Amino acid sequence: MHQFTLAEIARGLADKQFSSEELTRSLLARIAQLDPQLNSFITVTEELALSQATAADARRANGESGALLGAPIGHKDLFCTQDVLTSCASKILTGFKAPYNATVVEKLASAGTVTLGKLNMDEFAMGSANESSHYGAVKNPWDLTRVPGGSSGGSAAAVAARLLPAATGTDTGGSIRQPAALTNLTGIKPTYGRVSRWGMIAYASSLDQGGPLARTAEDCALMLQAMAGFDTKDSTSVDQPVDDYLAALSQPLNGLRIGLPKEYFGAGLDARIGEKVMTVVEELKKLGASVKEISLPNMQHAIPAYYVIAPAEASSNLSRFDGVRFGYRCENPVNLEDLYKRSRGEGFGAEVKRRIMVGTYALSAGYYDAYYLKAQKIRRLIKNDFVAAFNDVDVILGPTTPNLAWKLGEKNNDPVAAYLEDIYTITANLAGIPGLSMPAGFVDGLPVGVQLLAPYFQEGRLLNVAHQYQQVTDWHIQAPAGF
Amino acid sequence: MQWETVIGLEIHAQLSTQSKIFSASAIAFGAEPNTQASLVDLGMPGTLPVLNAEAVRMACKFGLAIDAEIAPHNIFARKNYFYPDLPKGYQTSQMDHPIVGKGFLDITLEDGTQKRIGITRAHLEEDAGKSLHEDFHGMSGIDLNRAGTPLLEIVSEPDIRSAKEAVAYVKAIHALVRYLGICDGNMAEGSLRCDCNVSVRPVGQAEFGTRAEIKNVNSFRFIEKAINHEVQRQIELIEDGGKVVQETRLYDPNKDQTRSMRSKEEANDYRYFPCPDLLPVVIEQSFLDEVRATLPELPVEKRARFEREFGLSAYDADVLAASRELANYFEAVNTVCGDAKLAANWVMGELSSLLNKDNLEIDQSPVSAEQLGGMILRIKDNTISGKIAKMVFEALAAGEGASADEVIEKKGLKQVTDSGAIEAMLDEVLAANAEQVEQYRAADEAKRGKMFGFFVGQAMKASKGKANPGQVNELLKKKLEA
Repeated sequence: MHQFTLAEIARGLADKQFSSEELTRSLLARIAQLDPQLNSFITVTEELALSQATAADARRANGESGALLGAPIGHKDLFCTQDVLTSCASKILTGFKAPYNATVVEKLASAGTVTLGKLNMDEFAMGSANESSHYGAVKNPWDLTRVPGGSSGGSAAAVAARLLPAATGTDTGGSIRQPAALTNLTGIKPTYGRVSRWGMIAYASSLDQGGPLARTAEDCALMLQAMAGFDTKDSTSVDQPVDDYLAALSQPLNGLRIGLPKEYFGAGLDARIGEKVMTVVEELKKLGASVKEISLPNMQHAIPAYYVIAPAEASSNLSRFDGVRFGYRCENPVNLEDLYKRSRGEGFGAEVKRRIMVGTYALSAGYYDAYYLKAQKIRRLIKNDFVAAFNDVDVILGPTTPNLAWKLGEKNNDPVAAYLEDIYTITANLAGIPGLSMPAGFVDGLPVGVQLLAPYFQEGRLLNVAHQYQQVTDWHIQAPAGF
Repeated sequence: MQWETVIGLEIHAQLSTQSKIFSASAIAFGAEPNTQASLVDLGMPGTLPVLNAEAVRMACKFGLAIDAEIAPHNIFARKNYFYPDLPKGYQTSQMDHPIVGKGFLDITLEDGTQKRIGITRAHLEEDAGKSLHEDFHGMSGIDLNRAGTPLLEIVSEPDIRSAKEAVAYVKAIHALVRYLGICDGNMAEGSLRCDCNVSVRPVGQAEFGTRAEIKNVNSFRFIEKAINHEVQRQIELIEDGGKVVQETRLYDPNKDQTRSMRSKEEANDYRYFPCPDLLPVVIEQSFLDEVRATLPELPVEKRARFEREFGLSAYDADVLAASRELANYFEAVNTVCGDAKLAANWVMGELSSLLNKDNLEIDQSPVSAEQLGGMILRIKDNTISGKIAKMVFEALAAGEGASADEVIEKKGLKQVTDSGAIEAMLDEVLAANAEQVEQYRAADEAKRGKMFGFFVGQAMKASKGKANPGQVNELLKKKLEA
């Protein structure tokens, strides 16, 4: 049963081949058996899952239907889930049981999903290897000595290992797409404002966006359909109707114009990944697409701009974790300053502290213009690059990552090397456009991902291209050995 | 050396919206701690702000009332600092792009002259919570009911030159925000708070001296005292060869002194940056037009009208226009009695002292505008004298009658204007004071003037104040000089 996609589960449940409770029990057992190798869960919510599963079965028995009714999923552990530990994989949220549900959690729950647990991640979503978690590193099911990518590494590893058919993730600089690429999944970061951020604990508010990771584009469409939409509780969510993503899947690709940015194929890219990307291009041509080279000239500035803006926002967003009202508080503080310094000093991990310090510095009096303001200007240039490019092409295609999944610990002492792994993904966050990563084959037994980018609110187009590709290829149904 | 004082004020006016600026919590004063604090106000992880449109409307009202430019795009920024009653670790405020730009307010000085005070800007922000230190041994409690309450911070230009001017300005702002219905102005509850930036410089010097900021002065009286004290401190410091340092000071009303709170060096670097959780606020002209249409007659306009229409002095007009309620009361009295001068005198005199004595607001007045107006009518038609009117007024205040007429009737206070009756009464008075009458008649003109008052007093006493004073004067003179 664990091999089923969401779409297959929907059919199985509708045809009464199995119940949601049976499926849930089977996956819970699988998690108990296999997750110790992966460490993809922070919390398994067995009781909640079983009650949701029986409720979903009852709803079906009452004649209700729905693609996600009774479908088991997991949430990245920065989505607030009422009365369940919501940790952001940080010591500082020790014991924090959220008093409310995130909008995404609420929407998926009302669609009938069954929450199997809360998934591991980089602490506060800061990282691209899932090694900065207070709850320990997550392993890549394709090679347990390698990283699954991050920051949604737990979500990726769990879905890739067939512990779950789909999971939520968030993407601030590539945190859905990059782990999807490194674990052979399909993952989509929607347009900024498409998915509500209410209850999604912020890393960098102007970049964060929630989205799904699943094995197929179709499953991503099912998930995103339930997750997306305007939310009055999030002022940055956009009041625009949600497209019918499932309907978009089946459109033929005849006449699709694909742009290949030359900057995505330059130095730094593992040539073997480049080759895989080109085989995808060939396949899409066969499906009727045309291809042209384009340029995104300001891409080279994206990483420095991102590593000013994201830490700047994070330094402010993370100020509320002060040991006063919730989460971790140091033992026996002697005074207020001691309470702050030790609670935060002991509660945050090294990467989080690094980014808080970088961001604090970037916003300081006398430096603001040189860093934050300049980064915002670069951001505008990057956005303009995309707007110009989309005059000529419908989607932009390239590698999701420059490298294959690396060894655990390999880049721990070189944060800049790790930051460079985001080179192809962060521009979409800076510009706010949607991006998707899909499986494109294997190099040395390790998955390779291809990234597709589209204009604002054209998630349907991305899912359509990926789905059509997945109709003629089988990379996405390959499972890691042992899972 | 002659010194000149330079003052700029920052006034925080709590907007009287139903709910907080970024959450749906109520903002009533005095609720049990933390009962008006939602997930957003508590700074719970994952929560987000949603701007209260009513706060924006109120800020626009204020901006229009001070002839300021309203920014079509204004932006919320985060002011970052750690404090236990600041749940998010930052205050959401406005920095580079405030909603209200440059404007001005005309104030009336004690001598009746007008002075224009520039207003640099006014911006929206959220209030912090409160730390409670009393009830928690060795610990502090935090009450977040106030956290997220909408504030309009009104920043003046350094145009103010004395403590008295400062008070006049604060009173004018106080009146304005109450007229506009955007703030209840209750200073005791902290609805209107004032930070005073004070410096001194030798008269004639163009550059400003170094300023000190006195935080959170919460009454008109304390504003005057705190500034006067601070000015004195700075002058003495400089004259003794010292230097004023830029710092934040606190005023202690019990000791009547200011003391240093933190120096410029200790000041936080607030690391302002645009709040990424809120979109820029876009204000369209049509919205402003709509808000403008709801503006009431403003204090300045009302003051001018009172002078023009009723011939009141600048001072009287200013006092009566100070609050919308008082002005309405005065106008109601005037409508009944048709004598603005008398109406003004009674409202500002007897009525004000009555209210002051019992610490009442004008809308709690035990004497209604109709009652007071009706009573003034009886003064005008000579039914009662001004002196008797005070008795009638007191009786009305004590609830001893529904109208002045009823009180006059019941207490028999009607003025005696029958000259026969007055003459008879005067004859009695003169007979009882025969000795004084002789002295009077023997005295020269100058002495007579003084002695005349004695007989008037005796006569009024004998008539229990009811005799018409004009007639008493006239007839008395005739009789004494006969």
